[in-house]
Amino acid sequence: MSLELYITQQIINAISLGSLYALVAIGLSMIFGILRMTNFAHGDMMMVGGYTTLVLQTLGLDFGWAVIVGIALGGLAGVIVERVAYRPVRGAPEVTLLLTSLAVTYILENLGILIFTSSGRNFPLPDWMNSAFQLFDGQITFTQINLLTVGLTAVALGTLGWFVTRTDLGLGMRAAAEDMGAAHLVGLDVNRLIVAAFAIASAFAGLAGILWAAQAGVVEPTMGFTPLLKAFVGAIIGGFGSIAGALLGGYLLGALEVFIVAFLPSEVSPYRDAIVFTLLIAFLLFRPNGVLKRVQEVKL
Amino acid sequence: MPERAPDAPGAVVGKLPAEPLLEVSDLRVNYGAVAAVRGVYLSVAAGEVVALLGANGAGKSTLLRTVSGLTRPRAGRILLDGHAIHRLPPARIVRLGVAHCPEGRRVFGTLTVAENLRLGAAARADRAGVAADRDRIYAMFPVLGERMTQPAGTLSGGEQQMLALGRALMARPRVLLLDEPSLGLAPLLVRQIFRTLAELKADGVTMLLVEQNINLALDLADRAYVLRTGEVSLAGSAADLKADYEAVAAAYLGARP
Repeated sequence: MSLELYITQQIINAISLGSLYALVAIGLSMIFGILRMTNFAHGDMMMVGGYTTLVLQTLGLDFGWAVIVGIALGGLAGVIVERVAYRPVRGAPEVTLLLTSLAVTYILENLGILIFTSSGRNFPLPDWMNSAFQLFDGQITFTQINLLTVGLTAVALGTLGWFVTRTDLGLGMRAAAEDMGAAHLVGLDVNRLIVAAFAIASAFAGLAGILWAAQAGVVEPTMGFTPLLKAFVGAIIGGFGSIAGALLGGYLLGALEVFIVAFLPSEVSPYRDAIVFTLLIAFLLFRPNGVLKRVQEVKL
Repeated sequence: MPERAPDAPGAVVGKLPAEPLLEVSDLRVNYGAVAAVRGVYLSVAAGEVVALLGANGAGKSTLLRTVSGLTRPRAGRILLDGHAIHRLPPARIVRLGVAHCPEGRRVFGTLTVAENLRLGAAARADRAGVAADRDRIYAMFPVLGERMTQPAGTLSGGEQQMLALGRALMARPRVLLLDEPSLGLAPLLVRQIFRTLAELKADGVTMLLVEQNINLALDLADRAYVLRTGEVSLAGSAADLKADYEAVAAAYLGARP
């Protein structure tokens, strides 16, 4: 196998994994940007998306529709969590918000265990999803899942890009993330902005959950935990609170993980996660604003 | 209901107009345990420019923040055209016609000039009117038109002040609250900003102006209040206050015990 083709294959894998991290990281960053809170329950919207798609398929719904409803319910779950759990403590000290989001995580995960038991379930895929394209005599493989991941992520990111640059609501979200007080002063309905941010962020997480389940082949109630932590690292690398930074950080992290396994000696592979979290510490220590340096202004 | 004052020119100088557009009565605002505003009465009539003077920490900015709903009063009332607004959220207050050009400009630095102006009109639905107002602001400040696609964070301080003013005007306010528009600007830019404010006044824009530069403020304003430690220590027509500079200075600093 030629090195070029091997590298190409790894890049495909990196983009595929990075897309998932980017989808989750963008949502985390959006919510942090507007509320200054790390939403640990964000990963659980992945579970909502994954299980919704699973259940609807077992009920006989077409895969495509099951995915669409899964994304929508992921978004709805985020909106409900905001309304029920976060809005009452808005403006409380950061540690209160943090503990609230941890509590929501435990409640949602245990709710998942209550309904679906703690053991994973196979994630059904239609037959066409299990096929793959092969190039150069099988040296490069695109699975349908890779293509679906990259395609849906591209659509999601394109829509988000349009939303935050062309619509009043999207511009308002960016404005509120930058300066909440000034957003109030120009008459933006901040509650509406926060609901929109949770809806979009959680729908992205729902999509990521479906794609994650499709890649792993299983869904389980705690499936969101690891990707959440990874996405958190990605968001920090990119600069927490910045959408573009989260996108970049997600893909950088995906590439890093794939390349550690692909190009470093096999003895190093088990330390992949240790390397990733060491990187997190390094960024927090030396470049807390991420690779895209964002000027932090002092605000009243 | 008091009698309407006669509309004869010069008839109401130094006197409270009969039907204020903005009326603040017995306003009390606390920051934690500290009383920042302690029973302030003031009024602004339609078309009038009222200056709010006073030393740092006298409560001027707090008063503006309370009028626009960012801070809740502990007691007292704020009426806009006779309707109480002091319990409404800021977005509602903007929709009712109060725009606040805040201290330190607070433009959205990552958004472009055009996007900042667009958000200034976020509370409005009349697209044609918004477009016309935007063109008027670009005519008022041609430099903003030249830089409409630049992120606001790349503008100079003076340009950011113009943008902050333009953004507030995009709400087409009935009352414009201005907090230290000259702060940190070079004298030339200060003059330009105040020339624009004078034009706005000539167009009939009602303003409540907080300003450290007493002379500039009194040149522009019809009336002025001096705040000291959260209370009105002096009030009068701008002409009277300008004529009695010592009274203003005394009102600023207070009598020494």
